[in-house]
Amino acid sequence: MKTSSDPLVSASRPPPAERGVRAPRWRRLRRDPVTLAGLCAILLIALAAALAPWVTPFDPDDTNPEIALQPPSLSHPLGTDLYGRDQLSRVVAAARIDLLVPLCATAIAFAIGASVGAVGGYVGGWADQVVMRIVDAVMAFPAFVLAMGITAALGNTVANVVTAIAVTQLPGYLRLVRAEMLRVREMEYAEAARTVGNPTWRIVFVHLLPNCLPPVIVQASLAMGFALLTMAALSFIGLGIAPPASEWGAMTAEGADQMVSGEWWLFLFPGLAIVVTVLAFNLIGDGLRDMLDPRMRGVR
Amino acid sequence: MGFLLRRVVLVVPTLFGVTVISFCLTYLLPGNPALVKAGPLATPEYIRETERQMGLDRPWPVQYARYIGGLLRGDLGESASTGRPVLDDFVQRLPATLELTFASLVVALAAGIPLGIVSAVHRNSPIDHIGRVIGVAGVAMPSFWTGLLLIFVFFYKLGIAPAPLGRLGAGIAPPIHITGLYVLDSLLTANRTALVSSLRQLALPAVTLGISVMAPLTRMVRATMLEILQSDYILAARAAGLPAHRIVYGDALRNALIPTVTMLGIVFGFLMAGNAVVESVFAWPGIGNYAVTALMTKDSGPIQSFVLFVAVMYVLVNLAVDLVYGLIDPRIRFG
Repeated sequence: MKTSSDPLVSASRPPPAERGVRAPRWRRLRRDPVTLAGLCAILLIALAAALAPWVTPFDPDDTNPEIALQPPSLSHPLGTDLYGRDQLSRVVAAARIDLLVPLCATAIAFAIGASVGAVGGYVGGWADQVVMRIVDAVMAFPAFVLAMGITAALGNTVANVVTAIAVTQLPGYLRLVRAEMLRVREMEYAEAARTVGNPTWRIVFVHLLPNCLPPVIVQASLAMGFALLTMAALSFIGLGIAPPASEWGAMTAEGADQMVSGEWWLFLFPGLAIVVTVLAFNLIGDGLRDMLDPRMRGVR
Repeated sequence: MGFLLRRVVLVVPTLFGVTVISFCLTYLLPGNPALVKAGPLATPEYIRETERQMGLDRPWPVQYARYIGGLLRGDLGESASTGRPVLDDFVQRLPATLELTFASLVVALAAGIPLGIVSAVHRNSPIDHIGRVIGVAGVAMPSFWTGLLLIFVFFYKLGIAPAPLGRLGAGIAPPIHITGLYVLDSLLTANRTALVSSLRQLALPAVTLGISVMAPLTRMVRATMLEILQSDYILAARAAGLPAHRIVYGDALRNALIPTVTMLGIVFGFLMAGNAVVESVFAWPGIGNYAVTALMTKDSGPIQSFVLFVAVMYVLVNLAVDLVYGLIDPRIRFG
């Protein structure tokens, strides 16, 4: 195999076997520039989101009709919108909600899915069967369509968008953890934990669950990008985050109205922010998969 | 035969679960339909009366049975904004959605499969890298943004594409109704004007949706192709001195396409979900656009019917995919 400096190639190539397993994870990360780039991008976006009130050049909600619809310039690098608001400030301010919603949804789905799946896989019984039938039914819906139905039924709030996305993600984690649990509960160390007389909850959550998590963590990091796309699309069609607040999907929708008259910067940049963030999440996910889940190595 | 029958029977509990969830979304959640119907000024007595008329005071199982009964008779409720039964609106708009879905599937397959093959055959070549970049970027781009970008470049800047407003250019009469798919109908009736116009209108939305589902297809074809190219029977074919193109495009490709069939179910789900967004970007008069328009007027009938309809379609398409897979790959049937 010829060696290549192309980052995309080295990302997919598993590290040399004799060192790969033992090398500390950060060192493996250092040899994986693509994953590292994704991680840096997310950290940068998160930092900008956290410090938004201090780092944005203008108040994101400050209107000024005199400078409405100005193309990108030195004072307003991403231009201004219909109300003369500085778009750079709005894109940065929007990072807060655009990172928080996917994060909360993924965390909730992860926590509930992993615990229910772990208990169900270990204990089994009719309750497990009922849960699995519900999971089958939820998975019969395409994720975005179900999220749309739930948000429409529950009402148009940020909390409901989080709920809707969490519901669509939950079955994935639940199934994954349950399947892992069915495997590890038969292992010798599980038997040992039982023999010593540990209570069931301790065996499930302390001894076995941590060993089920690596593939789920990979799934979660890939799900972050998908959650962001779902939320952005929901607010693009008018569900969830309402216009006065800055959110990338809603801003793209607003910008689409201005495209007719040639103001291209208003739809382009918020969408670009989504692309960069989702891309970064996916790169981290792919890198984590190579790192945490050796079985998946080289599948791509 | 046992496999096929088992797979068909398995659809029944899934459809039951789907209708239960859809029922919950329609009736049990906060937006009580009786409140909506009775209006904001209704007295508590009047609301209770409306609830009784609509059967909302009965136990859940009874309500669910009535809901299923209605669905089986094709009763999807009424749209408050068009004032017509939702089913009629659906039937009228479905051809537009189907036409767009098929067209984007064709785009995704026509671009994704060759790219996957070439990437696998010329592994780590520049074209493989380009394919991977397209794949990574394709899944990161929100489809509404891709659509806007294409409109901006090809309509506003270059002026090649027609205005993104529906299925036909201004002033062009639709072809005689046969299937409702304009491209097909104008072909069947030899209506050249309508054919050209409908193809031009279809191009950008189909490419937008196609891009969003191309990446997983390419990945799948590439991975299977790589696996097959390293298998024993391909080695044997090589050793026997068969020409490379016959090995790749004959034996290897035929076997690589079989697992790709299983992807079609998932791809279809993505396409149906993407429809809602892409149709509203291109003012495409399909059921997705219908549901999104209903969102603005808080008209819950069309929205929840869309959700249910898409889920049922999704279940049935996945069933069809599994059945076809069972038929073309005997290992599944007898395994």
